Amino acid sequence: MSSLTSARFLKPVGAAGTLFAFALDVGRALFRRPFQTREFIQQAWFVASVTIVPTALVAIPFGAVIALQVGGLIRQFGAQSFTGSASVLAVVQQAAPIATALLIAGAGGSAIAADLGARKIREELDAMMVLGIDPIQRLVVPRVLGCMLVAVFLNGMVSVVGVAGGYVFNVGLQGGTPGAYIASFTALAQLPDLWVGLVKALIFGLIAAIVAAYKGINAGGGPKGVGDAVNESVVITFVLLFIVNFIISAIYLQVIPPKTG
Amino acid sequence: MGVEIKVEHLTKSFGKQLIWGDVTLTIPAGEICVMLGPSGTGKSVFLKTLIGLLKPDRGSVIIEGTDIASCPERELYEIRKLFGVLFQDGAMFGSMNLYDNIAFPLREHTKKSESEVRDVVMEKLDLVGLLGTEDKLPGEISGGMRKRAGLARALVLDPEIVLFDEPDSGLDPVRTSFLNQLIVDLNAQIDATFLIVTHDINTARTVPDNIGLLYHKHLAMFGPREMLLSSEEPVVRQFLNAQKVGPIGMSEEKDADELAAESDQELPALPPIPMQLEPSNGIPRRSQREPGAWCRDNGVTPPPGSFDDNMSMTTGA
Repeated sequence: MSSLTSARFLKPVGAAGTLFAFALDVGRALFRRPFQTREFIQQAWFVASVTIVPTALVAIPFGAVIALQVGGLIRQFGAQSFTGSASVLAVVQQAAPIATALLIAGAGGSAIAADLGARKIREELDAMMVLGIDPIQRLVVPRVLGCMLVAVFLNGMVSVVGVAGGYVFNVGLQGGTPGAYIASFTALAQLPDLWVGLVKALIFGLIAAIVAAYKGINAGGGPKGVGDAVNESVVITFVLLFIVNFIISAIYLQVIPPKTG
Repeated sequence: MGVEIKVEHLTKSFGKQLIWGDVTLTIPAGEICVMLGPSGTGKSVFLKTLIGLLKPDRGSVIIEGTDIASCPERELYEIRKLFGVLFQDGAMFGSMNLYDNIAFPLREHTKKSESEVRDVVMEKLDLVGLLGTEDKLPGEISGGMRKRAGLARALVLDPEIVLFDEPDSGLDPVRTSFLNQLIVDLNAQIDATFLIVTHDINTARTVPDNIGLLYHKHLAMFGPREMLLSSEEPVVRQFLNAQKVGPIGMSEEKDADELAAESDQELPALPPIPMQLEPSNGIPRRSQREPGAWCRDNGVTPPPGSFDDNMSMTTGA
């Protein structure tokens, strides 16, 4: 009985362990030559093509909501001139990496999991291993790197579109002045905010791709197994990304002192 | 010349469920072997263990002095270059056309120029009768063609060992006969070690030099074709002759009541042993034995009518 209970409790630990071991395998395969440049470019382009439009569409309302919310609050405090700054801070530091993460996981990650899962159940991955080719080096590494690259660029795009959306709403709907919005940009926000946003996006891309590839490669049990793998990969990625976002933000706020206007 | 595969005390289970235990056999170099077994006895698992896709719980698989079951990953990838494997559905890469699929191992592992690659690919496509389809995607061709394309890809690196995972599943009897003939011809041509996993009895009776039978989580028997075809051992006899009477039931084993009810039933006489399929050019394979040689050497009288050219069981005739 006790062994049964312990087995039940230890199962998630084992799953986390194999995921981590998989990540290490990917890390090791990263340095094995020859590097699959073609596959990397193809995959980066593929992930970009499935994420750019939805990301832009998500970024506009994201920026607008922040502008509305922050703008309203800040007016009650009588600090309208800082609206731009608060908006930049929120978008660059938090909203952009999170929106990027959601789309990389939801669009890019699910596509990776489905693709690798389908290859797994068609025995393509087995065939590849039998032909003496490591699927991790050949398929997973280019996807992980592609995802990370695209995540960084998407983050930049969300930042720009989000801040622009905030500007439009603040100036157009809330009667803010363009000059005040733009002039206050650097009042609270600082360069490290931008760096941490980029670093977050990079890490989120890494996690999303690793989880998706792990779930895809370990899919089993026919077409249903692939569906399950995609579903699990998206859910696990979301949970992991929000936890990691919290940890990085907490560390960042401790380490980098906030700018005092 | 092919390579010998030595399997010792191999045991594999998934969780608590034992698949098969203590399998010991030697697949002789250059010969054709068939591994038979009722559905769900882990024939495919056995095949995957031989190439190191699955790790056994115990035991070893020794190929050219390397133990596949315990060697490091890097060595495994090296030794796999000796193998050509035909997967059940061909396992072609869905994103590439047939030409690129078959050229894939050459481009990855050799420094051949594109024109040399082209020569090899065309030769293999011709061998399996798929010339003219090289621009098709795997999704656009029939299952039988996918299988033959898979065979072409398996042969492209001139393997020493070729493994077939149910080459006859999903094929009609005519295509199966052609594929069987192709297997025998290939063996004559490249002298590699062949292992076929199947549950098609006709294939098992006419193609191989040796037959193995997996049953009830162990290897029931492994030996020359004539030994198994003339065997009175109930499991072997039942399976190789596709009979209902015997220890194998619908779901695993029959229980004692069913066996008792059958005990007074007379077993049908063993059918005659068919001739082995010969290469189509008529030149015997190196590992081929004279019909009836094993029976004569071991003092076994083959069932009446054996090795008769006009027998009804012969495939391809």
